[in-house]
Amino acid sequence: MTLPISISAAQGAQVKRPSRYLRNLNSKIASIPMVLTAVVVFLGGTIWTILYSFTNSRLLPRLSFVGIDQYERLWSTARWMVSIQNLATYGILSLIFSLTIGFLLAALMDQKIRFENTFRTIFLYPFALSFIVTGLVWQWILNPEFGVQAVVRSMGWTSFAFDPLYDSDIVIYGILIAALWQGTGLVMCLMLAGLRGIDEDIWKASRVDGIPMWRTYIFIVIPMMRPVFVTTLVIIASGIVRIYDLVVAQTSGGPGIASDVPAKYVYDYMFFAQNLGQGFAASTMMLLTVAIIVVPWAYLEFGGRKRG
Amino acid sequence: MMHNTVPLRSQYSVSIRELSLSFGAVKVLENLNIDIHDGEFLVLLGSSGCGKSTLLNCIAGLLEPTEGQIFIKDKNVTWEEPKDRGIGMVFQSYALYPQMTVEKNLSFGLRVAGVPKDEIDRRLTRAAGILQIEPLMKRKPAELSGGQRQRVAIGRALVRDVDVFLFDEPLSNLDAKLRSELRVEIKRLHQSLKNTMIYVTHDQIEALTLADRIAIMKSGVIQQLDDPVTIYNRPKNRFVAGFIGSPSMNFMQGVLAEEGGRFLFQTNGVSFSLEGYQASETLMPGRAVILGARPEHIKVDGDIVGGEVHEAIVDIEEPMGADNLLWLKHAGHTMSVRIGGARRYAPGSKVRLAFDMTMASLFDATTEERI
Amino acid sequence: MDKSLTAMPNLAGADRLSAGPQGKRPRKVLSGRNIMVYGALTFAAIYYLLPLYVMVVTSLKGMPEIRMGNIFSPPMEITFEPWAKAWASACTGLNCDGLSRGFWNSVKIMVPSVIVSIAIASVNGYALANWKFKGAELFFTILIIGAFIPYQVMIYPIVIVLRELGLYGTIYGLILVHSIFGMPILTLLFRNYFVSLPEELFKAARIDGAGFWQIYFRIMLPMSLPIFVVAMILQVTGIWNDFLFGVVFTRPETYPMTVQLNNIVNSVQGVKEYNVNMAATLLTGAIPLIVYFVSGRLFVRGIAAGAVKG
Repeated sequence: MTLPISISAAQGAQVKRPSRYLRNLNSKIASIPMVLTAVVVFLGGTIWTILYSFTNSRLLPRLSFVGIDQYERLWSTARWMVSIQNLATYGILSLIFSLTIGFLLAALMDQKIRFENTFRTIFLYPFALSFIVTGLVWQWILNPEFGVQAVVRSMGWTSFAFDPLYDSDIVIYGILIAALWQGTGLVMCLMLAGLRGIDEDIWKASRVDGIPMWRTYIFIVIPMMRPVFVTTLVIIASGIVRIYDLVVAQTSGGPGIASDVPAKYVYDYMFFAQNLGQGFAASTMMLLTVAIIVVPWAYLEFGGRKRG
Repeated sequence: MMHNTVPLRSQYSVSIRELSLSFGAVKVLENLNIDIHDGEFLVLLGSSGCGKSTLLNCIAGLLEPTEGQIFIKDKNVTWEEPKDRGIGMVFQSYALYPQMTVEKNLSFGLRVAGVPKDEIDRRLTRAAGILQIEPLMKRKPAELSGGQRQRVAIGRALVRDVDVFLFDEPLSNLDAKLRSELRVEIKRLHQSLKNTMIYVTHDQIEALTLADRIAIMKSGVIQQLDDPVTIYNRPKNRFVAGFIGSPSMNFMQGVLAEEGGRFLFQTNGVSFSLEGYQASETLMPGRAVILGARPEHIKVDGDIVGGEVHEAIVDIEEPMGADNLLWLKHAGHTMSVRIGGARRYAPGSKVRLAFDMTMASLFDATTEERI
Repeated sequence: MDKSLTAMPNLAGADRLSAGPQGKRPRKVLSGRNIMVYGALTFAAIYYLLPLYVMVVTSLKGMPEIRMGNIFSPPMEITFEPWAKAWASACTGLNCDGLSRGFWNSVKIMVPSVIVSIAIASVNGYALANWKFKGAELFFTILIIGAFIPYQVMIYPIVIVLRELGLYGTIYGLILVHSIFGMPILTLLFRNYFVSLPEELFKAARIDGAGFWQIYFRIMLPMSLPIFVVAMILQVTGIWNDFLFGVVFTRPETYPMTVQLNNIVNSVQGVKEYNVNMAATLLTGAIPLIVYFVSGRLFVRGIAAGAVKG
């Protein structure tokens, strides 16, 4: 008795409204790759790695939990400490220099100059090149036997010493020079877009007020560009944490382990040292670093939007 | 820097002499000459791209002219920096410094110029009083309404203690209601301060209500520089006649004819007597002309006081509350006529109409200049 | 000051001018400000151009000349031998058939990756912009946040999945990986573009009875050519320049060009041939450089769209 009734009820419902899961079906089909990527790869993969960082997996991932052993070992490994120090030094200097140089270049470009397109093309072309190419060129330029050091010495300053790639104390600065060469063009472009976004009337008003140009930049324009600075900062910073290719190409982490970085540590432990647990723990630390940078920013962005 | 110490004509507050500006081959301003009296409210009126804002920027010193001179208070300021010209400027986008409070916004220029602190305070208090923005002094621009922001922007010009105020479409970003309110306030401000004000706008109502004189511009050339009444009633050319007035003036193409000592305007086989029209030159029969008449200068039925009466057919009626706008068909022309709001006509009905030729305009058909 | 008399035919007008400044303020071309601005820009330009110059001159010198001289001096005798060697016979640790193998591998990886990733992301961005369904924004947010997660965190699970699918080490596996990691930025790019198109257009098409795919192919696609070009520039350079995914997900036979270049230059065996290395480096950088110089403003637009909003 109940069966026919339930069928007719279902049919009735279908006539009124086709199942809500079938509405917009094409759109849902088109979004399958996005949903899979977001849920399986990004969310699933991240959770998987974090989970396995608490195991003692070596050659193959195994679910035998050892608590925070891997993290304790990580933070007592000299190589990891060097990586972290390098990342901190490189990161802080890279942020300061790329923001400063990028902004200065953008401000110069904004002076209604001639050949603006030529200059922009020159400043930005390294950004089109890969880190591998960048690393190899600067490896050659900084080569102590033939590069800058040799050239300066041949000009008479025989005691001139600039050999960052073979001096473990300053090797990270050698990498910094190459990274700045590659990336400041991008910062310049972002800053220039920010400067061009400033209402021209603001500049006119400050001229009528008789405010010198440098003061207008510092007290009016830069504060107005705060969102551009923050966004640029987040982009540079999340790039810094990932730095890998450049180091591999320029120094292979050497001399010794002097220019090692977390991303290289992770790769080596996962694919060479057959110590997956260490690799997972180290990569989780990388994730944490990025989260510390991105979460407050995202919070501010979205919080700000809600208020606005 | 060379100064012209001999006063030219000292009653002028701002004088523009032979001013031209071109960007490459494009001429933006061409041989402009304007003398602005002390305390005068001059409006530069035109559609976008006519050069009115460019001219204002030249006066402010934000753009350099290619040719010509600018005098402010009898001082040749052609090469002076904006801050040394004795001007204050108000912008369409307000251009308030967003990170500073209203107080800082007003005082920033003075502090940079090294004005003593008590003097700054005195000026701030005065400006805040005049503009009634005392309660807003500690707020930032983002926390102000559009009208309040514009008031602060005016305040920034006010504290500079200058002779000449420049306004660059200051009300264009506001909604219609606020616009008419602030328009009155600007007029009141001018009446109490008695400064020279140069005001750029594309809004003819703003121009007609505020101006002592209006300069109507087109393609970098001043078409007419006169008081609002003259501009409205005796436009110098067809462009000015069509630009000012809403709905626009009615135009009819035709030729002049003479009949027994009276001049006639003939179009599509119909003649209108030009009796009462005050021509500025001798009329010649046979000359191709354009007759222009504003909607309120064409009289219908009961409004007719005399003169030649024609018959027309009502095409469309547009009641607008206080007024009623009739679109009439006559002699192959469509013309708009403004009548009282209470008088209604059905489409298709016949009306009698008569032109008030004392208020009409005649233009040469080729030069489009007033005859 | 005589300028006014000669320049203007209208003498009556010229009479109105008085002595003193008129017209443009005279400016020295070599003002202090100009010297500073152009000086600084030129100095910076030299710094940015120097490595490219060094690459070119080194690659055209013979090894003896390199050992003798200075890396900045132009070649005394131009030779293209390093280029030929870099292309056809330079040695990695494993084999000696030059960069050509890596070049063709990179082409085989890049072309399908670019097509697949753009196809998926454009349809996806379109769905997000015009056919929102419940939950779509959530997945999109996860996707965008995912763009900030270091790849190292997700690499190993992907290795396992690809191994299970039998794609690990193959070009197809790498294509899949590029399509996945290109998705956040491309989807964002397309979504923002489609949102910026007038919504009335989409509504009108729906009232005319067009469906999801019809609107996409007939209306959205023809209007979005520039953004497809921007996406292509972004992907071609991005995939060509990739190193990490190449080294993790392929085997030596299928290594992309960047990995092979690194192996050639940083190979510890044999005598270092700097000229061959620089020729190889230039060859690897050639494709993105050509894309960059040809696309010009669109490249800038691509990185600006990708970076500022990402």
